[in-house]
Amino acid sequence: MNGNGRGLIELDDLRKVYDTGKTTVEALRSITLTVRENEFVSIMGPSGSGKSTLMNIIGCLDTASSGSYRLKGEEVSDLDRDRLAEIRNQRIGFIFQNFNLLPSLTAFENVELPLLFKGAPTRERRERTEHLLGQVGLADRMKHRPTELSGGQMQRVAIARALACDPDIILADEPTGNLDTTSGKDIIGLFEELHHAGRTLVVITHDQAIARRTKRIVHIQDGLITSDGPALQG
Amino acid sequence: MVLRNYLRQFLRDVRTQRLRFFMTLFGIVWGTVSVTLLLAFGEGMHRKMAADAKGLGENIVICWPGRTGKPWQGLNKGRAVRMTEQDVERLRTEVPDITAIAPEYSTGSARFVVGKKTLVPYLAGTWPEYADMRSIIPDSGSRFLNATDMERRRRVIFIGHKLKADLFGEQEAVGAGIDIEGTPFLVVGVMQPKGQDSSYRGRDEDTGYIPSTVFRDMFGRTYIENFVFQVGDPTRVERAKKGIIAAAARKFKFDPEDKEAIGMWDTTEMTQFFNTFFMAFRLFLGIVGALTLVVGGIGVSNIMHVVVEERTKEIGVKMALGAKRRTIMGQFMFETFAITLLGAGLGFLITAAICGGFPAQFNQYVGTPRLSLQVSLVTAGVLGAIGFLAGWFPARAAANLNPVQALKYDL
Repeated sequence: MNGNGRGLIELDDLRKVYDTGKTTVEALRSITLTVRENEFVSIMGPSGSGKSTLMNIIGCLDTASSGSYRLKGEEVSDLDRDRLAEIRNQRIGFIFQNFNLLPSLTAFENVELPLLFKGAPTRERRERTEHLLGQVGLADRMKHRPTELSGGQMQRVAIARALACDPDIILADEPTGNLDTTSGKDIIGLFEELHHAGRTLVVITHDQAIARRTKRIVHIQDGLITSDGPALQG
Repeated sequence: MVLRNYLRQFLRDVRTQRLRFFMTLFGIVWGTVSVTLLLAFGEGMHRKMAADAKGLGENIVICWPGRTGKPWQGLNKGRAVRMTEQDVERLRTEVPDITAIAPEYSTGSARFVVGKKTLVPYLAGTWPEYADMRSIIPDSGSRFLNATDMERRRRVIFIGHKLKADLFGEQEAVGAGIDIEGTPFLVVGVMQPKGQDSSYRGRDEDTGYIPSTVFRDMFGRTYIENFVFQVGDPTRVERAKKGIIAAAARKFKFDPEDKEAIGMWDTTEMTQFFNTFFMAFRLFLGIVGALTLVVGGIGVSNIMHVVVEERTKEIGVKMALGAKRRTIMGQFMFETFAITLLGAGLGFLITAAICGGFPAQFNQYVGTPRLSLQVSLVTAGVLGAIGFLAGWFPARAAANLNPVQALKYDL
C-alpha cells in the first residue's frame, strides 16, 4: 500500500447478492479493500465484473448484502435512507460518465444543488459555487445551461459540483468515457491537481491509459479482487 | 431559492406536457366551478325562499278561534270560541313572550268603486302594529294605519300595490278616494312590493286595510276573524303558543289540551323546515360537486405519476447529490399544489363572474347565486385535501425510488 494516513474506506468481506426470485446473482463475493486518505486509486474490470456495484456501495447509493463498510471509521452498512443521503451529500462527490447535470439548470445552479440539499445559507452557496467554477476554469460560463457547454466543460461543471460540499472522497465512474482524448486528458489533469491538493479519488475505468495515471490499480473480476498494486507509471 | 427552483421545474413541466397540463387544469377548474356554483345557487335559492317567507311575516303565529273539541268541566264540546278585540288586548298582557299582536276582521265581498271601476278585493280591519309583523312597508310618501285613525274612526284605507294598480293604474292613489259599500274612504298608503310565498286569505298585494274600529262599525262585527302575534325570540314561540292557549282556556273555559279551540299556524315551523331542507339540499349539491373535484384530483395525480416517471433520472441524480426524501417529495407536492391552486383560482373567478353577471330577471325563479364565504372556505378545504392526496402518492413513489435504478433510467 502506498497511501498514507489511516483507512478512509474500509471494506471487510463485503458481499452483494441480487435475488430476482428465480435466480440469485452474486455481484460481489467477499471484497476486502482499504483506501487511505489522499490515495488516487483506479478500479478496473470488464463489464459485469461487479465494479459498478462496488462503486454504488462505496458511494452509499446501495447497501451490501453482508460484510462491513466503514467510512472514516463509521459503519455505514446499516444506515437508513436519509442518513445515507446525508453521507452522499457531504462526504462523497460523484462524477458520472454522462455527467448527469440537470438540463434545466445553469452551470451555477447545478453546482449549487448539493449546497441547497445541505441547507447552506445563500451567501455561502454563492461564494462557494463561484469559487469552484473558477477553480475548474468556468468562471465565465456560470449562466450557461448544459446544452450550451462542450462535453469537457460539462464534466468540469460536474467536478465542481462533486466538490461543492468538500467531500472526503471523489468517486468517478468512467469520467472520460464520453469525452474526446484532449478533454479526457484535461479531466485527468484536473484529477491529478485534486490529488496533489490532498483529496482522495477513486476512479472506475476500463481505460488503461487513465488507470496508469493513478497511483494504485485494483483489478476486479467476477466479484472478486484479482490484483491490487501500485500503477506502473508510463 | 428552493421555491424558485421548484417553480422553474414546474414551468418546464407545463411546457413539455402542455396538453396534459391543460386537461388536468380543466379538470380542477371544472370541479371547482361545479362545487362553488352549485353551492352558490343553493345559497341564493335559500335566501330567496327565506326572503319570501319573511314576506308573510317573521316569527309570527296566525290564530283562528274555532270550536272546542273536547268537553270541559261539564260543558259540551263544539262550543264556538268567540274573541273580541278586548280579548286580544288582554292576551298581550297575559303572555309576556309576545312582542306584538293584532286582531283581524276580514271580508271578501265588499265592493270597491273608483270612478267607473268596481272590484271586490279582500278587505281587512286591523291595528296599526299589524303592518310590522307582516312585513308590510308603505311606499314612499304614504303610510299605514295609525293610532289616531283608530281613535277617531277615520275612514282611511291602506292598499296593496297590485290592488292600487288595478284601481288607479298609473295614477297617484294616495289622497284619492275609494267608495266601499257606499262609504267614501281616503287612501293614505300603498304597500311596497314584496315577495310572499304563502298567505292565509288573499295576498297582501290584493288587500285593502282599514282601522278595526271602522270595520267593526261598518259591518256590524263583534267578534274577530283571527289574530296574529309575533315573538321576538324564535326559541320562545312554543312557550308563547302555550301561554295564549292557557289564557284563552281560562277565559273561554275549555281544556288547555284542546287543539281545536284555537287553530294556529306557526310560520316558524315552516322556516325550520326550510332550513332543514336546504341543509340536505346543500349537502347533496356539495357531495355532487366534491365528487367532480375528486375526478379532477385523480387527473392531477395521474399527471404527477407521469411527471415522476419522466423525471426518474433527475430524481436519481438529486438523490446521488444528497437530496433527502422530504426534498424529493416537496418538489412534487409543490407542483401538485401549484396545479390545484391555479385551477381553483380560475374556477373561483369563473363562479364569481357568473354570480356577478347573473340576470336579475331570473331572481324570482331561482334567486341570485351567491358565492358566500362559507362556500368558498369549504371548497378551498376540499381542494386542499384533494391536492394533498393527489400529490402524496406520486411524491412518495418518487421519494421511494432506488437511487441506483433511478440513475440508470434513460428515456
